[in-house]
Amino acid sequence: MSINLDTSPKVSDEVRKTTCYMCACRCGIDVHLKDGKVAYIEGNRDHPVNRGVLCAKGSSGIMQHLSPARLRAPMKRVGPRGSGEFEEISWDEALDIAAGWLKPLRDTDQSKFAFFTGRDQSQSFTSFWAQSFGTPNYAAHGGFCSVNMAAAGIYTMGGAFWEFGQPDWDRTKLFMIFGVAEDHDSNPIKMGIGKLKARGAKVIGVNPVRTGYNAVADEWVGITPGTDGLFILSLVHCLIKAGRIDLDYLARFTDAACLVNEDPDSDEHGLILTNEAGKKLVIDRRTGKTEAFDTPGVQPDLAGTLRHAGITHRPVMHHMAETYLTDTYAPETVADRVGISAERIRAIAADLARVAFDEAIELDREWTDFRGDKHAKMIGRPVAFHAMRGISAHSNGFQTCRALHLLQIILGSVEVPGGFRFKPPYPKPSTIHPKPHAGVTPGKPLDGPHLGFLHGPDDLLIHEDGTPKRIDKAFSWENPMSAHGLMHMVISNAYAGDPYKIDTMMLYMANMSWNSSMNTSGVMKMLTDTDETGEYVIPRIIYSDAYSSEMVAYADLILPDTTYLERHDCISLLDRPICEAEAAADAIRWPVVEPDRNVRGFQSVLCELGAKLELPGFVNEDGGQKYADYGDYIQNHERKPGIGPLAGFRGDGTQHGRGPSNPNQIEKYIENGSFWISHIPEDAEFYKPWNNAYQDWAVDLGLFDAPQPYLFTLWCEPLRRFQLAAEGKHRLSPPDHLKARYAETMSPLPTWYSPFSEADDAFDVHALTQRPMAMYHSWGSQNAWLRQIHGRNPLYVPTKIWNANGFNEGDWAKVTSPHGEITVPVAHMAALNDNTVWTWNAIGKRKGAWALDKDAPEATKGFLLNHIIHELLPPKGDGLRWANSDPITGQAAWFDLRVKVEKTTAPTESQPAHPAQNSPVGTGPATVKQKLGT
Amino acid sequence: MHPAPSIILFTTLSGLGFGMLAFLGLDGPAPRGWTAFWFFLIANALAVGGLLSSTFHLGHPERAMKAFTQWRSSWLSREAWLAVATLVSMGFYAIGLVFFDTRFSLLGIVGGLLAIATVIATSMIYTQMRTVPRWNHWSTPILFLAYAITGGALLTGRVALVQALLPLLLILQLFAWVDQDRREKADESNIGTATGLGPRGKVSAFEAPHTGENYLTKEMVFRVARKHTSVLKAAAVLFGIILPAVLLFLPFSHMFAALAVVLHLAGVLIQRWVFFAEARHVVSFYYGR
Amino acid sequence: MTSLPQHTEKSLGLVIDLDTCVGCHACVTACKGWNTENYGAPLADKDAYGANPVGSFLNRVHSYEVQPEQGPAQLFHMPKSCLHCADAPCVTVCPTGASYKRVEDGIVLVNESDCIGCGLCAWACPYGAREMDPEEQVMKKCTLCVDRIYNDNLPEEDRQPACVRTCPAGARHFGDLSDPESDVSKLVAERGGIDLMPEQGTSPVNQYLPPRPRDEAPEFDVLAPYLEPVAEEPTGFLGWLDRTLSKVS
Repeated sequence: MSINLDTSPKVSDEVRKTTCYMCACRCGIDVHLKDGKVAYIEGNRDHPVNRGVLCAKGSSGIMQHLSPARLRAPMKRVGPRGSGEFEEISWDEALDIAAGWLKPLRDTDQSKFAFFTGRDQSQSFTSFWAQSFGTPNYAAHGGFCSVNMAAAGIYTMGGAFWEFGQPDWDRTKLFMIFGVAEDHDSNPIKMGIGKLKARGAKVIGVNPVRTGYNAVADEWVGITPGTDGLFILSLVHCLIKAGRIDLDYLARFTDAACLVNEDPDSDEHGLILTNEAGKKLVIDRRTGKTEAFDTPGVQPDLAGTLRHAGITHRPVMHHMAETYLTDTYAPETVADRVGISAERIRAIAADLARVAFDEAIELDREWTDFRGDKHAKMIGRPVAFHAMRGISAHSNGFQTCRALHLLQIILGSVEVPGGFRFKPPYPKPSTIHPKPHAGVTPGKPLDGPHLGFLHGPDDLLIHEDGTPKRIDKAFSWENPMSAHGLMHMVISNAYAGDPYKIDTMMLYMANMSWNSSMNTSGVMKMLTDTDETGEYVIPRIIYSDAYSSEMVAYADLILPDTTYLERHDCISLLDRPICEAEAAADAIRWPVVEPDRNVRGFQSVLCELGAKLELPGFVNEDGGQKYADYGDYIQNHERKPGIGPLAGFRGDGTQHGRGPSNPNQIEKYIENGSFWISHIPEDAEFYKPWNNAYQDWAVDLGLFDAPQPYLFTLWCEPLRRFQLAAEGKHRLSPPDHLKARYAETMSPLPTWYSPFSEADDAFDVHALTQRPMAMYHSWGSQNAWLRQIHGRNPLYVPTKIWNANGFNEGDWAKVTSPHGEITVPVAHMAALNDNTVWTWNAIGKRKGAWALDKDAPEATKGFLLNHIIHELLPPKGDGLRWANSDPITGQAAWFDLRVKVEKTTAPTESQPAHPAQNSPVGTGPATVKQKLGT
Repeated sequence: MHPAPSIILFTTLSGLGFGMLAFLGLDGPAPRGWTAFWFFLIANALAVGGLLSSTFHLGHPERAMKAFTQWRSSWLSREAWLAVATLVSMGFYAIGLVFFDTRFSLLGIVGGLLAIATVIATSMIYTQMRTVPRWNHWSTPILFLAYAITGGALLTGRVALVQALLPLLLILQLFAWVDQDRREKADESNIGTATGLGPRGKVSAFEAPHTGENYLTKEMVFRVARKHTSVLKAAAVLFGIILPAVLLFLPFSHMFAALAVVLHLAGVLIQRWVFFAEARHVVSFYYGR
Repeated sequence: MTSLPQHTEKSLGLVIDLDTCVGCHACVTACKGWNTENYGAPLADKDAYGANPVGSFLNRVHSYEVQPEQGPAQLFHMPKSCLHCADAPCVTVCPTGASYKRVEDGIVLVNESDCIGCGLCAWACPYGAREMDPEEQVMKKCTLCVDRIYNDNLPEEDRQPACVRTCPAGARHFGDLSDPESDVSKLVAERGGIDLMPEQGTSPVNQYLPPRPRDEAPEFDVLAPYLEPVAEEPTGFLGWLDRTLSKVS
């Protein structure tokens, strides 16, 4: 029988290569077009991030691009806030309204304007705009997301995981992950784990929940949430006690040999001895004399002590030994608390030591360090670590992340073959990052960048009376090292008028009235509440989103964004680039198709609004609009001479890193697959913070202006400076109620303390969320394909709690926290920590949002845990309301949540059930059968 | 398995229709004239109605003719041929009886045998399913045939025969149910073999691929609860076998006979519903059900 | 022809590594994307934005928990699509000849224009590999991307099924399982690849690589070198440190 089968059909008319935006991973994609329309999307084989592969979200991009929830035109609110009743208006009117609200604020007090962005990938641009406007109130979502991880990494070793660095996937023999779900770096982690599996390397997963990466782990450690730091420090205890640490590495490349002031009466007690130039001093083993750490030939001594100006100074290494060798961290002491047997802790420590030292690898590559010492080989410690939110989103997250870096460093496994490697522009010491700024002058730009890394009380953004300058209270005594700002506090602070009231709030891609806030029901109330005059407490809200999200209903003015295939973007070295450990790289998005709606890329709108407001940087000398759109900005903006948003194809198209603007730059990127990559020379690929070859390469590329070698800082001096302030040894002093907490939590060496939520024993079950691999935040539910995979979310309950409650399939539970309760469907899971329940994040949707039917399972069976997490801890009886966040960085501590779980009769739908919002885009079609070909 | 009404109607009605045709063709003193007309009308209406009903189950009934092509391998195709052959030969046979008062006995025998073969072919569609242990057994065609013959005998007024057949049918049906339960339990396939994970320990389904239903779960993972099947089986036996038997053992009346037919039909419909609804398809293991 | 070929020249199929699959569903939607735009009718979704969305998919990822006799429960992800069986029961039940197994490569296909949508093939398949399209009402199934693997319009390296090309973890492999020298056959031999439901007698071509052992208890007693303390107290440690550093320099 002959079948007429064409096995060679035409695939498409044209392939346009751009960058995915179905999550934060930023993979390269090939968009196949037929008749000018999007037909099919697959991964770009040449792209450094994904090498051709693409995840479930990326492969479903076409359904996001064609989503029925796409907004169609600018809108102004006509019904009450929250109702979702809007009227479509012209762009002219929309921009007039926005400028009309913002101009008076710029001229009088820019702090009345708050601008916060969510899943924004243009932070170097939006922050530039906000700085130019002059408001101190700008940040992206990092404070809610993962600032503990980022800040702990940068303060400790000049870089962290994800966009800062990655395991040496090709060489590591033992890979250990802590609290990693589908957070960031979606495809690279999967590709990396695939490589390890193909080589038969071992993976240890530390996570209360055994799904995804933890499911494929050869060994699963089902730890009690919030105790990772204790577990890690116990491993550190075992390793130090056995002397299984890399002394040479510690001496050469870390501050372990730096000298700590031991005089309790000194104002510098606990700080590190420096010379007049501010350089840290070490004892040279050759001479016994002190020298600057970077003196050529110096051999820093980990053991010796120093008497200097009548004050004893001891190396950090002494403090480490004293701190970590105590029984506090002995496996037997911590076992019950962390839920891992002492034997197992010892075995894991032994495994780490065995692989790091007995299976060390050597690369025959010569390199020269910053002291001028030549090394014939590159020694590798093939143990690599990766961690994400599971350890970061706790009130002890900053110190836990630091503890993990300590573990990596004592094993000598950072920036070595087989270990963890930085990606340009990292490594980069915390001291060369900008400090935060909040200096407001009416009518003028802010006095510097909003966000950054402070190094002591002098850098806080507080007024003379100690009150915060920023609406989110970032960089204030309550959370001094809040490097990413505190987006999750903006609405509640603005509502409370604490530290002050604002007039207009502008948000971008941040679903604050739903899954991107804690205390969601409360936030909805804050956004709709009116004062005695009948005006909304937060008077004006401008929101930009591409889709009809829950937040749309709460805005007064909607600036509709485009889909990711209709826009320009740059994934910039100035921001969060797509570099690899062996290369610098950046990328663009460009409109592979034009929008068929009256929508504009938000960044292009900011170019226009900036010009309308006559913001410096957005107008020419003649007062005209400087950048026609975001594409124009990407190509022509210079942050400093020769340095622009894109590093590739500068000048005449052959210059990279530094060079004048190139009017054909975007075209060159498009020709090159929408990315640019520059490889690091082989002799510069490891030991980057200390490797002259790397430092020179980085300067050439424009990452730094001069070489910046530095020591890893196991001893975090900024923390110690805040403790000194609390001890009364600084001109500034934290409020009294914080002093004891500073002493407990701001130890300069990594430490562990109980998460703050643990005060109330009635709530003895940990409740977590994690992101499914096939969904990103709230975006996926409008996607006809993805919502079939995750259309509802049960609460997964471990066997112990399942049996204790007599649960059966189809049952529901009432889940209560100190803050509130939800009623939700339950399901059984055996591979789960005994005292932990969890669910998939952001599957629950509000009725009427995302163009879904009102009876969609997302709205009737799906739910959010956010309703029962508060931005404040329950009252403790001290008259204060403490924030539910890390006391150092202010990172929202949503994984600290503790609950009670009780069986209940099944309601008709998940509780709390909020009334439907009106959909400005209607609901999606009944049937989808997308096909352009015949 | 999903108890699709079109399929239940199809097997029930066509079974009765072909059962009737078998008696009309094979059994001696055949009716003539108008009596024959009515008998054949009813038999053909049932057989053809059942076949038509089955086309409602098709996604593309307009392509139904293509189903005749694969008689070498497909029981459905064979059934189509046999049904048509039965209807054609019995059609000519009926013409002789109705219009010419003539019985072409050879034609009747051939047609009758074809009718029986059609019922067997229908049953083989289910019997061949290795994936459904309840069906995959010699007792399935026997049972289908027994229902067809009993129903055919009932509808052609062979009271004495029916009085004998009904108890036999009862025994056969009860045996079949018991044996089906046994076979389903004894089947080698389970979630362990389905996933290949059996040797590692006790396997259970965690998350299905999709949170909603899909074609597979609707069509094959459907399974009625055991407590319902017991009631339904009792009803099937009561209506399909016991009550008709009681009515037929009472002094004969056309009223009772008609009632017996209606009850029997209702009983067979319930029996067929259960036949599908309690059958577990091995794909259910992938869904942990 | 719904009779099965006695012999196929090749047995193209997939090898799926259950040790590596992280359950990300990438293969699911990559498959949906390619096969919506290519072979036959688009894979439709009914009630796409409503209460009960039902679409046709040719590949779905299940997940299972296993409770071993000792140790914690384990969790595995299992992508499943047509296994292109040598003794494919779905083919022989087809009344129209729409379902067939190709002699040249063993791929099982449905010729949609001959499909009457009777659903028997889906019943005959033990694996749930066939789904009736909710709109087109014809049987849809994995084609092993027959319109990719021989497609002259694609670069050589892309001539593989969409699910294999997209799999981020590299848990899917494509090749000729009848050739003992092929990469996939070697992988199956090395890792002990298995048939799903072998008792069904379908002789599937696709093979699953079983997960490697999990949570094997470390051998505490014989683990050498175990972590022998260099000192019990910090002062002792500092002494050790000094001695050790002296040896190094």
